[in-house]
Amino acid sequence: MNSDNRFEAFQQYIDSEEKIEPKDWMPDEYRLHNIRQISQHAHSEVIGMQPEGNWITRAPSLRAKKILLAKIQDEGGHGLYLYSAAETLGITRDELIEQLHSGKAKYSSVFNYPTLNWADIGAIGWLVDGAAVTNQLSLRRTSYGPYSRAMMRICNEESFHQRQGYEIMAKMATGTPEQHAMAQSAIDRWWWPALMMFGPHDNDSPRTSNGLRWKIKRAGNDELRQRFIDKTVPQAEVIGLKIPDPRLRWNEETQHYEIGPINWDEFHRVVRGEGPCNSQRMAHHKHWHAEGAWVREAAAAYAARHNTNPVRV
Amino acid sequence: MQNALFQYLLRLGDTNLILSHRLAELCSRGPFLEEDIALTNIALDHIGQAEALLKYASEVEGRSRTEDDLAYLRNETDFRNCLLVEQPNTDFAYVIVRQFFIDVWQGLLYNALKNSKDETLAAMATRFAKETAYHYRHSGSWMVRLGQGTDESRARLERAFRDLWHYTGELFETDATEEKLSAAGIVPTSDALYPEWIAQINRVAGEAGLRLPATDYMASGGRVGMHTEHLGHLLAEMQYLQRAYPGAKW
Ligand SMILES: [Fe+2]
Ligand SMILES: [Fe+2]
Repeated sequence: MNSDNRFEAFQQYIDSEEKIEPKDWMPDEYRLHNIRQISQHAHSEVIGMQPEGNWITRAPSLRAKKILLAKIQDEGGHGLYLYSAAETLGITRDELIEQLHSGKAKYSSVFNYPTLNWADIGAIGWLVDGAAVTNQLSLRRTSYGPYSRAMMRICNEESFHQRQGYEIMAKMATGTPEQHAMAQSAIDRWWWPALMMFGPHDNDSPRTSNGLRWKIKRAGNDELRQRFIDKTVPQAEVIGLKIPDPRLRWNEETQHYEIGPINWDEFHRVVRGEGPCNSQRMAHHKHWHAEGAWVREAAAAYAARHNTNPVRV
Repeated sequence: MQNALFQYLLRLGDTNLILSHRLAELCSRGPFLEEDIALTNIALDHIGQAEALLKYASEVEGRSRTEDDLAYLRNETDFRNCLLVEQPNTDFAYVIVRQFFIDVWQGLLYNALKNSKDETLAAMATRFAKETAYHYRHSGSWMVRLGQGTDESRARLERAFRDLWHYTGELFETDATEEKLSAAGIVPTSDALYPEWIAQINRVAGEAGLRLPATDYMASGGRVGMHTEHLGHLLAEMQYLQRAYPGAKW
């Protein structure tokens, strides 16, 4: 088969909704596109542990602390599945972390915003996990097999996180006046960053077309964003919170909500590294990765000498 | 008897509560992702144990204080945890040594409490013992790996072992409260757990290449509310929302 035919056959295979598996032939660009997307996704899960982790030690009840801790642990688990999926494409975990630290690999910009009160924990679950799950539900049908299977495992947990987040928000919004103010402040600060999670408008998004053609992405950014808005606006109304968008309105004709303009300057600024917490998030990850070096070395030295980990102590 | 049981449940509950808090502080700070998740798992088990024990304590007390009231609205001097668990996460070796001391102790304690004449306590201990067996496998295997790992890991392990050693004596103090409950067949006395505890510590320390510190000095005070400086800071953080917004429901 000459190389043109290989590309054509690959495209046909994808068009017939077959999954690409690690041992299958794939164009280099397809491989790189997947590494970029899966690793960005993995890093987002891991860096996302920080803003929520900021409230673990101040969680206001035993139940709230358990739920939050278990939630963050789930995110760490998502990071693990996704690192494993990326590793099937011929890159190691060390290389992936190295790319995160050098800035070559990105993570979702939404985690560069601070969590300033307890309702932010609700807002993250409800809005950030809510936006993530909207995207991930469509990614269950992504063409790369290991990525698709990771998404299936992850989606159930993300939906659960969203419900838990909404529960916190509802409690806060209907609690004391102070709690209600915290809840409103949280949605004021998290609404727009959550909408930006879907990425630029499709006509401004350079990689969307390749991603769609190879069925790595299964829906456009704007379509997914609209799905999220239509689902979330009524939820805010139910608990008496205002969406911070004076131009928000229901369009009877299209049966969709319309929103005001998204501040893309802010989006690009935060992606560039100039968000409120970019350097803090990265410094935290680098610091604790460096702190853990002696532990990883000890484990490796022990394993090398014993050819195994101790099973019985 | 009810008051003795209440005091005893506070000791166990608070020890789990404060330990779980220390472990929870480590979330997103593990040496690698798998270990981060493992430590969080253990933290969750200890919160669960604290919740169950404090809930039972509140029932025994019968003053309509909930488990959350006990956790979030008591002052430092009313906490009955052992001093060991409030010690900070100085480095991963401290985390492991602290956990290992506790895991061996809780393993023995929960096994003994399975036979308690108090059925509620016996049922809880049966559940907790299973969790503790897993914790022990985790901390014990790290003791050996760090002890036999690199020169640095060995040195760090030795330092943590030496620094935390004098907080272990408190685990085996037996007082009137315990004796009263023990006479009724509800709990073992703590000193009865010591021979098996020290045997297990010796065995693993030997495998890790550690020698037991040659000191008789043991710190004390947790059971009467005389804590180390660390607890006040921990509680200030943990209790912040409940204290700042009295009466709010979260
Ligand atoms: Fe996740
Ligand atoms: Fe999530």
